[in-house]
Amino acid sequence: MQLIKPDINIDFLGKQKIAYAFSLILIIVSIGSLIIHKGPNYGIDFVGGTLVQIKFSQKVAVSDIRNGLSDIGLKDTSVQGFGQIEDNEYLIRTSSSETMADNLAQVIAKGIEVTTGTLPEIRRVEMVGPQVGKDLKNKALLAIFYSLLFITIYISGRFELKWMLSGVTAGALMAAVYFLSIFNVSMPFLIAAALVVTLAVFWTLKLKYAMGAIVALIHDVLITVGIFSILNLDFSLPIIAALLTIIGYSLNDTIIVFDRIRENVQGAEAKEALPQLFNKSINETMSRTILTSLTTLIVLSALFFLGGEIIHNFAFAMIVGVVIGTYSSVFVASPVVLAAHTKG
Amino acid sequence: MKHFTFRRLFILGIIVAAIICLIPTFFNTWPHKKINLGLDLQGGMHLVLEVQNEKAVEAEIERTVHELKKELRAEGIKHLGISRHKDNTIEAKLQGEESKKGFEKIISEQFANLIIPSPKTIADGFSFTLSLPDEERDRIKKMATEQALETIRNRIDEFGVSEPDIRMQGDDRILIQLPGITDPERAKDLIGKTAQLTFQIVNDDADVANAMKGNPPVGSEILFQNKRDPSTGAVTKIPFLIKQQVLLDGSLLIDARIEFDQFQQPQIGIEFNRKGARIFDRITGENVQKRLAIVLDKTVYSAPVIQDRIAGGKARITGRFTTEEAKDLAIALRAGSLPAPVKIIEERTVGPTLGADSVRMGLLSMVAGGALIILFMMVYYKGAGLIADLALVVNIVLIGGSLAAFGATLTLPGIAGIILTIGMAVDANVIIYERIREELRSGKTALAAVHAGFERATLTILDANVTTLIAAIVLFQFGTGPIRGFALTLGFGIIASLFTALMLSKSIFDLLLRNKKTSTLSI
Repeated sequence: MQLIKPDINIDFLGKQKIAYAFSLILIIVSIGSLIIHKGPNYGIDFVGGTLVQIKFSQKVAVSDIRNGLSDIGLKDTSVQGFGQIEDNEYLIRTSSSETMADNLAQVIAKGIEVTTGTLPEIRRVEMVGPQVGKDLKNKALLAIFYSLLFITIYISGRFELKWMLSGVTAGALMAAVYFLSIFNVSMPFLIAAALVVTLAVFWTLKLKYAMGAIVALIHDVLITVGIFSILNLDFSLPIIAALLTIIGYSLNDTIIVFDRIRENVQGAEAKEALPQLFNKSINETMSRTILTSLTTLIVLSALFFLGGEIIHNFAFAMIVGVVIGTYSSVFVASPVVLAAHTKG
Repeated sequence: MKHFTFRRLFILGIIVAAIICLIPTFFNTWPHKKINLGLDLQGGMHLVLEVQNEKAVEAEIERTVHELKKELRAEGIKHLGISRHKDNTIEAKLQGEESKKGFEKIISEQFANLIIPSPKTIADGFSFTLSLPDEERDRIKKMATEQALETIRNRIDEFGVSEPDIRMQGDDRILIQLPGITDPERAKDLIGKTAQLTFQIVNDDADVANAMKGNPPVGSEILFQNKRDPSTGAVTKIPFLIKQQVLLDGSLLIDARIEFDQFQQPQIGIEFNRKGARIFDRITGENVQKRLAIVLDKTVYSAPVIQDRIAGGKARITGRFTTEEAKDLAIALRAGSLPAPVKIIEERTVGPTLGADSVRMGLLSMVAGGALIILFMMVYYKGAGLIADLALVVNIVLIGGSLAAFGATLTLPGIAGIILTIGMAVDANVIIYERIREELRSGKTALAAVHAGFERATLTILDANVTTLIAAIVLFQFGTGPIRGFALTLGFGIIASLFTALMLSKSIFDLLLRNKKTSTLSI
C-alpha cells in the first residue's frame, strides 16, 4: 500500500510565499495573544495556588459550588467542569496557598456540602507555595535553555560536520548568557537573547542548515505556546515536557529532510539547480514525513480521546506541535536553507 | 548456514533479560524488582515541607539569654536587662565598671561560642551586642533540619505507611512521599505537629481579665485552652495566665501511650526518664496547691491543681480527644518534638480512585494506540509490517524491562511517554522501509535493497533520535516527579527503538532472505 506515490512531484518551494505568509500570521497572532494575556496562562505549578478536584455522586449546580466557596470566604476562585458532564467532576482553583495548613481541601468540601447538599469526594489536591512556584518556573526555563543549548551544539556540529564551529557557537552562546546574567536579567529574556545570538552566529559562520533548523524550532515552539495562549489553556509542568519533546520531534523531521537535501545537493555547483534539488529531496522524503506524523498523531489521538482529563492538555500540545513541526520542516526549514544558499 | 550467530544470540539475550526483569511486576518471583507506580497512579501524597530553622536559632539564643542571666545571678553581677533582638542577637546592658569586668569575664569563660565586640557606652552604662557566628547559625539550622527529618521519619513509621520516601531537599526542605495513604489530612496533621510539650505553672497571683487587656505581668503570658462542646462541636477558648518559665519539657519523655479513663475517654499517659522523674518530683513538691499547666504547642491542655508531690515520673494529658487524636498525639510525643516548626510549601495528593482511573485510561489509550499502529503497519507494509510490529512489541517489553531493572517509577506522563514511543518507534522502520522501496524501484534485488536500505538509513535514524534523546535527558535532569517518569520512558523508548530497528529488524530480514533465497519481498 502507498499513500504517497513514488513519483510525487509537488513544487513545495514554489508555494514558499504562501507558506511564509501563513507562518507569519500564526506567529503574529501568537505573539499578539501572548502580549494581550501578558504571557502564557501559567498554572499553579508556576505561580503558586491551590487546585482541588472534586467529584459529586449526583448532579449539582455550579452556582451552588460558587456560593459555597464564597460562603467560606474564599476569594479569587474559579470553578470549572472537568471531563464528561455526567462525571459531575469539577476543578476548583484558588490563588491562595497560605491557608493550606488549615486543610483547605477539607474546608472547601465542607463548605460546598452546605450549599449543594452533597459532600464531594476529594480526588486530587495540588498546592504549590509561591516560592516553590518560582523554583519550578526557574527549573522549567533552565530545562528549555539547556535543551536549546545542547541541541544547538549538536545540530551545528552534525548538520555542517564542523564540530570546531559548533564549539565556537557554544562558546559564543555561553559567553553571551554569562554576560547577560551579570545584569540579572529574567530567564525568558535570557532564552530569547541566547536564540538571537545563536542565529547571528549561524549567519556569520554560514551554518545554513543549522540556521534553518533553529528557525523552524523557534517557529514551532512559539506557535504552540501561542495556541495555548489563544485558547487560554493552562501552562503547567507537563506542557513544558511536551514543548521539549516537540523541539526534539520537530528537529527529527527536519534532520531527515536535510539529510536528503545534502545527499542530493552534493556536487551540484549551479545555484539555479538548487530549488529543483530541494524540491526533489522534500518529495523523496514526503512519504516518510507523512507516515511518521500519521503514526504519531494516531497514538496521540488515542491519548487525547481515551487518556483522561489529566493528560488532555499534554496530548493536545503534542498534537499541535507534531502538526506544526511537520509543516515547518517542509515549509520553513528548507526554504530558509535555500534562501541562505542563494544569498550566501 | 549458522542460525545462531553471536549477533543473534546477543539480541535474544537482551529480549530474554527484559522479559525476566518484567515478570516480577506481574508475579511474585525472582528478581523481585517491580515497576513502581507513581503517586499519580496508585494514589498518595507528596509533600514538601520547609523547616523554619531560623526558629531553632531563635530558641538557641533564648536559651543563651536564660543561661547568661543565671550565671550573672550566681556571680552576683547586676545588669540593666539582657534581651534577644529580632535579628537574633543578644543585647546586654550593664552599669558600672565592675559589672562590666565581671560580665566580660563570664562571657569569655563560659560563652566562648559568641562573638563579643567591644561594648558601646550608653546613657547609664555599657551595652554589649552579642551574636552567634555564621557557621554556628548554619550548624544549628542544619541540625534542626536533620533532626526534623529524623523525627518525621519516626512519626511516619509509627503511623504505618508502607514504603514512605522521606528525604532532604536542599538546605531546609524535606520531601515526603506517602503512597496509598487513605487519610491525607490526618497524616498532614501528624507530620506538621511541632509537639512541643512543656510543664509550666499557672500564674494565679494576677488577674487573667486584666492581663487580657494587654499588660500581662513580666514573665507571664496568656495561653488558651480549646474546649469543644461535645454536642454542638463549637469550640470556646479559655485564657490562662501562664508563667513563661518552662519547668520540664517533652525531651525527657521515655513513653507516651493512649489510655482510657473510667468513662472510656481517651487520654495520654506519659512517662519520664529518671532525670525527668526527678525534676517532676521536685517541681510538684515545690508547687503544692498551685496549678500545673500541661502545654502542647502553645495550647493549654489541662491545668490541674497539684495536691501533693508526685514521684515516679508518670503523668496524664487529658482533654476531650477523639481516639484518633489521642493516638496521633501519643505518636508525636514518642517520636519527639520538632526542633522548629515546619510549613507545607507544596502538596500533591491523588485519591486512590483517581489513580485507578488514570491507570485504566492510560492502559486503554496505550492498547488502542498500539493496536491501531500494528494494524496500520500490517496493512501498509504487509510482511515487512509484521516485522515492524514484532519490533514494536519487543520495544514495549524492553521499556518495561528497563523500568523494572532500574527500579524506576511509572507515572501517568510516563505512560504517555510509552504511547508516544509507540508512535515514534515505527518511524525508524518507516525510514528503512521507504528507503528499501526506493532501492527496489531502482531495480535492486531484494537482498541488495534491504542492505542498502539499512545502510543508508542507519545514520539518519541515529541522528533523528539524538535530538529527542537530548530533550529527554534534559527533562530528566530538571524535571520533578511525574515529568521525570515521562523523560525516563521516552529515553528508554528511543534507545529501545534504535535497538529494535537497527538490530532486531535487520537480523530478521537477514534470516528470512538468506533462507528463502527469494528475490521478492513483502513490503
